[in-house]
Amino acid sequence: MTIQPSVVIVGAGPAGIRAAQTLHAHGVNACLVDEGLRGGGQIYRRQPANFRRDPKALYGFEAGKATAVHQAMDTLATHIDYRPQTLVWNAEDHRLDVLQEGRAGTLDYTHLIVATGATDRILPVPGWTLPGVYSLGAAQIALKYQGCAIGERVVFAGSGPLLYLVAYQYAKAGAKVLAVLDSAPFSAQCRALPALLGQPLTLAKGLYYRAWLTAHGIAVHQGATLQRIDGEKRVSAVQWQGSGEPQRLECDAVAFAHALRSETQLADLLGCEFQWSELNRAWLPSRDSAGRSSVPGVYLAGDGAGIMGADAAEMAGELAALAVLADHGQSIDTVRSEHLQRKLAGIERFRQGLETAFPFPEDWASNVPNETIICRCEEVSAADICATVNEGHWEINRVKAMCRVGMGRCQGRMCGLAATELVAHCSGRDLHSIGRLRGQAPIKPLPFGVESQP
Amino acid sequence: MALLKRLAEQDRPALAFTLDGEPASGLLGDTLLTAVLTRSEHLRGSDFSAEPRAGFCMMGACQDCWVRLGDGQRVRACSTLLEAGQIVSRDPGRQL
Repeated sequence: MTIQPSVVIVGAGPAGIRAAQTLHAHGVNACLVDEGLRGGGQIYRRQPANFRRDPKALYGFEAGKATAVHQAMDTLATHIDYRPQTLVWNAEDHRLDVLQEGRAGTLDYTHLIVATGATDRILPVPGWTLPGVYSLGAAQIALKYQGCAIGERVVFAGSGPLLYLVAYQYAKAGAKVLAVLDSAPFSAQCRALPALLGQPLTLAKGLYYRAWLTAHGIAVHQGATLQRIDGEKRVSAVQWQGSGEPQRLECDAVAFAHALRSETQLADLLGCEFQWSELNRAWLPSRDSAGRSSVPGVYLAGDGAGIMGADAAEMAGELAALAVLADHGQSIDTVRSEHLQRKLAGIERFRQGLETAFPFPEDWASNVPNETIICRCEEVSAADICATVNEGHWEINRVKAMCRVGMGRCQGRMCGLAATELVAHCSGRDLHSIGRLRGQAPIKPLPFGVESQP
Repeated sequence: MALLKRLAEQDRPALAFTLDGEPASGLLGDTLLTAVLTRSEHLRGSDFSAEPRAGFCMMGACQDCWVRLGDGQRVRACSTLLEAGQIVSRDPGRQL
């Protein structure tokens, strides 16, 4: 009889839930810690218990997958130490600092699976701090989690698969969608087709959303760049540029983003080695094909270690759990493990295709107007950042120290990547050489007067 | 004027609360963000120019939806559910 490992999983999205389920099936009950109210993560976020819409209305084509993940969560919740509404705010060698219902405490582990997910990747435009402007993920959460639209007349802008999905969900739910402004040109999507055909079902869904929008009279503009959001106390219009004359469109809400970025702070605090990912244009924690980080006992799964989407997150969660079990000396189904690794490699190729179809707008940094607020917490403008670069600073933490970009209470989650793009542009250096904002504990703000556990 | 528009799930019990000293009401299952922004246009003022803000990410990351509760604690409106009788107030923000 071996001693049970003490496994903690951070994040109850598709990756964390499948990891917990896999461990449970092997007789190991993990502690599953999640900031959310009911688990499911963001893309499969659950509505409050007294809401009544069926899964089809909330998750569309993904209703089956979302329901399966939720059922796994519900079954697990009665068997394992599941802690919703719990923030992990610090991580050190085999110990986490947590905050649960206003009380601070610690959690020890022998094995840790970090499944912290992602947030929207934001490239600011003037006016993006106005009430009525939200990230694409936020617009989806308003609808899915609260049954609300972010406004009466909504414009969707940016790029990435979420752009069409959220616009479609809004229109379908009865919101007035004025336009979809996709920064990716049509030619890019044609170039991406060969790689995208590797996942024909996912490709078909994307095409379906777009066709549905067009068929319902909603303007879809490709190669269209959101340039400015107008308004005094709230959004009143967007200005955008396609191939012709500059356009202005009156509206009262805007949702925008360019795909997603990984939440890597915990991996950073744990001392995980990071490597440059050209695909994600970001420094990400290194992991082997089963999810092992460079730190023994720490495993990474899901979008928090690189953007691969929800299907991949489920697989990576299961794989990381199998790796924990194998490393602890338990026998596992190696055929299953290899199968999951092959499937993940296939999704990785598809992800390359998506990057071709929805290319990062590399001209953002050279075109962003000086007055644009980049850091919405500290209200640092593009001009402030470029002035700091002109004083000779180019390493992102140094730039942060000089002009406070990324120093606010979101800790650079909203502005960090944009700031890095801008510093690279202003300094004439390669993006990877600018570095990454170091994680700092507490990784999210803590209230004063926190009680500690006896 | 409201910022958010309710499209579904409107048949829920009403919950009375206080917003900046005035009586207000939301629905059971609303977040504070939903309860406030379905009846007004902002949640807080920014820290350096007192510009109105109404949240941004709705997933607990941007920290731009903080409101103050009756006991003095500040919470993220996007991830705090409305409770009956809650006292909610909005900080005006600060100017340089």
